Amino acid sequence: MTVAMKVEASADRIQARKRGARAGQRWGNALFILPFLVVYLLMLVIPLFKGIWISLLEVDMLSNSADFVGLDNYVELFSDEIFIGAVLNTFYFVLISTPVFIALGLALALALNRPGRTGATLRAIFFGSSVLSVTIVTLVWKLVLMPHHGMLANITESVGLPSLSLLTSETWALPTIAVVTVWWIIGLPMMLFLAALQQIPREIYEAAALDNASRWRTLWSITLPSIRRTVALVAIIEVILQFQLFGQAQLMTQGGPNNSSRPIVQFIYEAGFRNWELGYAAAASQVLFAMMLVAMAFQVWLSSRKQAY
Amino acid sequence: MTGINLRGIDKRYGSVDVINNFELQINPGEFLVFLGPSGCGKSTLMRMIAGLEEVSAGEIHVAGRDVTHLAPGARDIAMVFQHYALYPHMTVYDNMAFGLRNVGVPRDEIDRRVQEAARMLELVPLLERKPVEMSGGQRQRVAIGRAVVKEPLAFLFDEPLSNLDAALRGRTRIELARLHQRLKTTMIFVTHDQVEAMTLATRIVVMNAGRIEQLGRPMEIYHRPATRFVAGFIGSPAMNFLDVDRIEAPNGFVAVRLPDGTTVQTSVPAAGLPTQSKLTLGVRPEALSIGAAEESDVLVGNAEVVERLGDQTFAHIALRNGELVIVQAGADSTISVGDLVGVRLDHSAVHLFDQSGIAYHAQARSVA
Ligand SMILES: Nc1ncnc2c1ncn2[C@@H]1O[C@H](COP(=O)(O)OP(=O)(O)OP(=O)(O)O)[C@@H](O)[C@H]1O
Ligand SMILES: [Mg+2]
Repeated sequence: MTVAMKVEASADRIQARKRGARAGQRWGNALFILPFLVVYLLMLVIPLFKGIWISLLEVDMLSNSADFVGLDNYVELFSDEIFIGAVLNTFYFVLISTPVFIALGLALALALNRPGRTGATLRAIFFGSSVLSVTIVTLVWKLVLMPHHGMLANITESVGLPSLSLLTSETWALPTIAVVTVWWIIGLPMMLFLAALQQIPREIYEAAALDNASRWRTLWSITLPSIRRTVALVAIIEVILQFQLFGQAQLMTQGGPNNSSRPIVQFIYEAGFRNWELGYAAAASQVLFAMMLVAMAFQVWLSSRKQAY
Repeated sequence: MTGINLRGIDKRYGSVDVINNFELQINPGEFLVFLGPSGCGKSTLMRMIAGLEEVSAGEIHVAGRDVTHLAPGARDIAMVFQHYALYPHMTVYDNMAFGLRNVGVPRDEIDRRVQEAARMLELVPLLERKPVEMSGGQRQRVAIGRAVVKEPLAFLFDEPLSNLDAALRGRTRIELARLHQRLKTTMIFVTHDQVEAMTLATRIVVMNAGRIEQLGRPMEIYHRPATRFVAGFIGSPAMNFLDVDRIEAPNGFVAVRLPDGTTVQTSVPAAGLPTQSKLTLGVRPEALSIGAAEESDVLVGNAEVVERLGDQTFAHIALRNGELVIVQAGADSTISVGDLVGVRLDHSAVHLFDQSGIAYHAQARSVA
C-alpha cells in the first residue's frame, strides 16, 4: 500500500516536472512575438483607449485644457443632423460600392484568368490605377466630369443629350464618387480573386467537363464554392476600406451639394482639424469604429454560417 | 465497329511532336493497359480519348461514333484522375450525383445508381462525408464510384493507384480487377508500374516516346518482348543484357561468344536473323542459376551483392570483364558476397537483339 502510494506520488512529481518544463518552453516562445506585441500595444491599443478617453472630454485647444463631460459629446452627435447625414451617407456608400467590388472584381478575374500576354497586359492595366494617389485620380475624374468641357460632357453633347453635372447633383454625387472609387482600386479585389482562382486544381474543372457541367453550372457549383473564403475576405476588406471614404469626397465634392456626399471621416476631419473640437471628433471616431466592428462581426458570422453548411 | 478506335492520332505541343500517327483498336470489354516510362505520352493519349486535349490530327471513334471533336461530356466516357479530382465542397453522394444531375437523370434513378455504386465500393457509410474527411483510399473509391454511376461506354484511369501506399495499392488493384469482371466495360488504364500492368491487363500497350513498342497479352510481352526496350522495361529485376559476337554454328541455331570468351549455343533459330555479327544477348535473372566456377560452359564471376527477399535470392555477379549480371538463386542459396561462382544459362530462354533493338526468341519457349 505505502509502496503503491510512493510510486504514485513520484509519478505525479515526474508529471509535474514535465509540465513545468513544457510551460517554461512556451513562455520562451512568447519572446518571438514580443516585438509585434510592443508595436501593437503602442500603436493600436493605447491610441484606441486614448481616443475613447478623449471622446469623453471637452477639449479646448487654445488654453490647452480639457474638462470631463461624460457622454455629452455623443448626445450632441446624435442630435447633429450633419453627423446623422454623414452616417447615412457612409452606409449608403459602403452598400453600393462593396457589392460592385465583389461582382466586378470577380468578373474581371474570371475574364483575365488565362495564360498569355493579353491577359497579363490587361491585368496590369486594371491593377495599374491602384498605384495612383487619390489626388491624381480625383483630378483625372474631375476633368472627365467637368461640365461643358469634360470628356463626359463632350460625349453626351455629341449624341445630343443635355450636359450632365453629376458632382453637383444631390442624387448622383455619392454614386459618382463610388464609380471613381471602384475605377481606382478595383485592382486589389481582382488580384485576390485571381489568386484564389489559380488555387483551384485544373483537374476539378476537367472532371466537371466530363460530368457535362455547363459553363454556368461550373461557375456556380465549382468555382464559387471554391473561392467562398476569398469572397468573404474581399467583402471584409472593402467594408473596412469604404467605411473610411475621405479623400475622394473631400477633393471632388467637399461633401456637397447640401451635405449629400459627406462621409463620416470627412465629418471627423472637419470637426477635429477645422473646428478644433477634438473631443467631438474623437466621439465621432468611436461611432465609426463601432459601426465597422458591427459590420465586420455580421460578415464574419454570415460567412462562418455558410461554411458550416 | 464497337470499342474504341484511334486512327492516325498526332499530337504536337508547339513544335514538339509528342505522339505521331498512333493507331490502335481497343476491343469492347477489354482491360487495356498503357505502360511506359514517364513522359512517353500515356496521359496525353488518355486525355485525347477523354476529350480534355485536342488531337492535332487523326480520328477517335467510340462505339462506332466519331467523337474526335465532341466535348468531353458528350463522349460517354468516364475518367478517374491520379489526384482523384473530387469536388471538395460536395459530399460523396453529391460528387457521384453531379454528373447525372447535369444531364437530367431522374432523381430516383440517380439515387438507385449512387446507392448501388456505394454498396459495390463499400462507400455507404461515407455518403454524407466531404472529401477532406476521408483517407486517400476512400477518396479513390469515390472517384471510381463517380465514374461507375455514369454507366459509361469506357473507363479511363490515369495512374489511379500511384498516390496510394503499397498495401492499399495492392488491394485497390484487386478491387479494380473485380470491378472489371463485374461490369465488363472497356477499361483503359495508364501506369508505369509493370506489376499493375501484368496483373490487370487483358492486353498491354508498351509505349516509348509516343510510339507503340509492343501490343500484346501480358505473358506474351514478358516471354517474347518485341524489342530490347520492352525486354528491359518489363520484369523486375530487369533482364540482363550482354554484348556478344555471333559465331558460326552448323545446326541452324545461333551461337554467340561472350566478351570473356565463353561461347553459348542458343535455341534461337539462325534463319531470319540479320547477318551482322554484333548482337546483344538478353537473359532474365530466373533463366540464370548459380553453379560452381569449375563447371564447363559457365560464366565465372564474383558475387558483389546478395539480396535475400525470403522467397528468393538475387545475386549480382560481376563477370570477369566487369559486366554485372543479376541471377535468381533459390531461397536457400548459400551464396555470399565475394564468392567465386559459375553462372549457368538456360539456353532455351535467351533472347537476342540486333543492332536496331529487334528481338529474336528461343524456339523452345512456348507462349503462355
Ligand atoms: N501542355 C503541354 N505542353 C507541352 N508539352 C507537354 C504538355 N503536356 C505534356 N507535354 C509533353 O508531352 C510528353 C508526354 O506527356 P505525358 O503527360 O503524356 O506523359 P506520361 O506518359 O503521362 O508521363 P507520366 O508517366 O510521367 O505521367 C512529355 O514529354 C511532356 O513534356
Ligand atoms: Mg501521366
